[in-house]
Amino acid sequence: MNAPVTTQQGVRVTVRGLRRSFLGQPVLKGLNFEVDRGEIFVVMGPSGSGKSVLLKHIIGLETPDEGEILIEGESIQSPGVMDKYRMAMVFQSGALFNSLTVGENVGLYLSEHRLKPPDEIARIVTEKLEIVGLRGQENRSPSELSGGMKKRVAIARALVIEPQLILYDEPTSELDPLMAVTIGDEVIKLNRRIRVTSIVVTHDRDLAFGIADRIALMADGQILTVGKPGEVRSNPHPLIQKFLTADFNHNKERTRL
Amino acid sequence: MFQNIGEMLALLWRTLQALPLTWRHRHKVYDQLFEIGNASLLMACILSLFIGGVIALQTGPLLAERGLSGYIGGIVGNAICKELAPVMMSILIAGRIGSAMAAEIGSMRVYQEIDALRTMNINPVHYLVLPRLVAISCALPILVVFSIMVGWMGAALVAVYNNQIGISFQAYFSNLRDLVGLGKVVNGLFKSFIFAVIIGVVSCHQGLQTIGGPRGIGRSVTKAVVNSIVLVLILDYFVTRFLMYLD
Repeated sequence: MNAPVTTQQGVRVTVRGLRRSFLGQPVLKGLNFEVDRGEIFVVMGPSGSGKSVLLKHIIGLETPDEGEILIEGESIQSPGVMDKYRMAMVFQSGALFNSLTVGENVGLYLSEHRLKPPDEIARIVTEKLEIVGLRGQENRSPSELSGGMKKRVAIARALVIEPQLILYDEPTSELDPLMAVTIGDEVIKLNRRIRVTSIVVTHDRDLAFGIADRIALMADGQILTVGKPGEVRSNPHPLIQKFLTADFNHNKERTRL
Repeated sequence: MFQNIGEMLALLWRTLQALPLTWRHRHKVYDQLFEIGNASLLMACILSLFIGGVIALQTGPLLAERGLSGYIGGIVGNAICKELAPVMMSILIAGRIGSAMAAEIGSMRVYQEIDALRTMNINPVHYLVLPRLVAISCALPILVVFSIMVGWMGAALVAVYNNQIGISFQAYFSNLRDLVGLGKVVNGLFKSFIFAVIIGVVSCHQGLQTIGGPRGIGRSVTKAVVNSIVLVLILDYFVTRFLMYLD
C-alpha cells in the first residue's frame, strides 16, 4: 500500500547574522533566531522595523548582504533547497491574480506545475476552500471578495502546496476585529492540523499574543527579545514596554479617573 | 541606459530559452492574441486607409505634373509596405498594447503578484513574458498585412477620385503589381516582426522593473511607450540598411 503523502512535518528555520541594506540604509542589522518544527513564531514590531523584509529573505525573494537563512540546516540560497522543502507565503494584500477566478488562483500551483489532472485539481481546490470556509466561491473573481475573504483565499492557495513552512505577512491588517480573530483561528487550526511551521509577521498585539508559541519583538532592524508570550510581556526593556502598552492618552486619563 | 539594454537583452534571451514551453502556455498566447487583435485591428485599418490616402495626395499631383501619374501605384505601394505600415503599426501597438503590457505586469509587481508566483516556484518569465512576446510577434505582422492592403486601397481611392491625379483602378493596380513584388511585402513583415520583439521586450521589462505604487506604474507605462517608439525608429534605419544589403 502506498504511504500517504505526509504534510505533518514542519521544518526548522535558522536565521544567522542576517544583514540587509537598501540604498545604503541598513534595514536588517544582524538578526539571529531559530524557529522550531511545527512552531507558531510571531515577529512583532512597529511599522518600518524590517519585518516584511525579513519574511522575504526567509522565503528566498531577497538575498542578504550578510548572514544566512537555513532550512533544516541548508542555506535557502543553495540550489535545489526551494524545490526540496515546500514553502508558502500569504501576502499582506493576498496577492491574488485578478485575471483568474478564485478556484484558478487556488489551483495555480498544481496546474502550472502539472502535478495533478484537472478534475483532481478541482477536488483539491474545493477541499482547501472548505478548510478556510469559502466552499462554493470557486467561480468568483477576486475583485468581488472582501479583504478577509481574499486573505482566506490566499491561505487556501498556500495550503495547496502542502507546505512545511508558511509565512504570513500582516495577516490581519485592514480587517475588522471579528475577521482578525477568524484569521488568527485559521492560523492556529492549520498549525494544529498539519503541524506546519508558521512564521507570522504582525504589529497586531492581540493576534500575536493570541496565537504565538514564541514571539520575537523587532525594532529598527534588530530583535529586542525572543521568548514565550509571558516572557515578552514581562520584559522590562523600555522600548518593549512602550510598544506593548501604547494607548491613547485619552484612555490613560479615563483609567486614572 | 546601458544597464537597461543589458537587462532587456537578458530578458529576451531567457524568453527565447523558454520558447519550447509555448505550447504549454498556448491558452495565454491565444488570450493575448485576441486582446491585441480586438484592441487594434479596427484602429489599424482606419489609420492605414488615411495614411495611404495622404501619401497618394502628397505624391500624386507632383507625379502628375511630370506626366508620371501612372507610377503612383508602385511608389505609394512600396512606401506603404516597406516603411509606413510596419513603422506606423509598431507605433500604434507600442501605444495600445505595449502600454497595457507594462501596466499589467507593473501592477502585478507592485501588488506582489510576481512575488507570489516566485514563492510558488512559477517562473514569471515563462508565465508572463513568454505568452505576451509570442503573441505580439505573431500579431504585429498580421496587422501589418491588413495595414498594407487597406493602405493600398486608401491610396487607390485618392489616385482615382482626385482630379489632379485621376488614373484608373486598373492602371493603379497594374503599376503596383509591376513594382511591388512579394519580396517587398516580406521585407515589411520581417521589419514588423523585429519591431514586435522590441516592443514586447521593452514593455515587459519596464513592467517587471516597476517600483513605487501607482505612480511607479504610470512611470513604467510612459517609459515603455517612449522607449519602444524611440528604439523602433532608430532600429528601423539599421534594419532597412541590412535588408537593402540583402537585396
